[in-house]
Amino acid sequence: MGTEALQVELTREPIDPRALAERVADGATGATAIFLGTVRESHHGRGVLRLDYEAYAEMALREMRKIAEELREKFPVRRAAIIHRLGTLEIGEVSIGIALSLPHRADSFAALKHAIDTFKERVPIWKREHFADGESEWVEGS
Amino acid sequence: MDLEVLLFASLRDRVGRSSLRLRLEGEPTVAALRRALSSAHPGLAAPLAASRIAVDQEFRSDDHVLRAGAEIAVIPPVSGG
Repeated sequence: MGTEALQVELTREPIDPRALAERVADGATGATAIFLGTVRESHHGRGVLRLDYEAYAEMALREMRKIAEELREKFPVRRAAIIHRLGTLEIGEVSIGIALSLPHRADSFAALKHAIDTFKERVPIWKREHFADGESEWVEGS
Repeated sequence: MDLEVLLFASLRDRVGRSSLRLRLEGEPTVAALRRALSSAHPGLAAPLAASRIAVDQEFRSDDHVLRAGAEIAVIPPVSGG
C-alpha cells in the first residue's frame, strides 16, 4: 500500500475490492473503474477445484508497472492500482484486481479493457488448474 | 560463456529444475540460445518454439545478442489475469 499514483503488487493474501478502490481514490476524479478476475469452476467443460498461480515475480512487477505507465500515456488515467494474487485460489476468489481513476467516465471502460488485455498478453504469471478428476495441468496461453 | 536460464510452469516441470546452465561460444544470440537449449533438452524443443525469451526481464527477439551475466528466462504463453 502507498500513496503513489501508480501501484502494482503481487500478493498471497485475498484481494479486497474495497481496499483496491480506495487505493485510487482522488478528489479530482469523477470515475473509478474496477475489473476483478475470479476463479471459474470449469475450463472447457471440465470441472475445476482450485488454481495455483505462480509468477516470474520481478519481471511481472516490471511489466505491470509498464502497463500502468502506458495507461497514463494513452488515457486520462490519474491513478492506477494493479494487483495479482499468487498461490492457491479457490473457486470464486479474486485472482486479479485493476482499479483506475479518471476525471470522467467516458474513457474509463476503454482504459480498463486496455489494462486487462495487455496484462493477459505479457505479464509472466501462469496458472495451474486442479481438476475434479484428480488431474492438474498448467494453462499456457488464455 | 556460461549462462543460466530460468524455467517456469510446464517447462520447469518437464525438466524437473527451475534453472539450467548452458555454455555458448562467441557472442551468442537468443536464436543460438534456443538451438542450444533444444539440443541439450529435446523435450523442450516444442514448448520452446511457443515461448518468448526474456533477457534481464525484457522480452527480446531472436537477433538480440546475449552478454555474460545476463538474467535469461524462457517465458511460455502466460495465463495470469
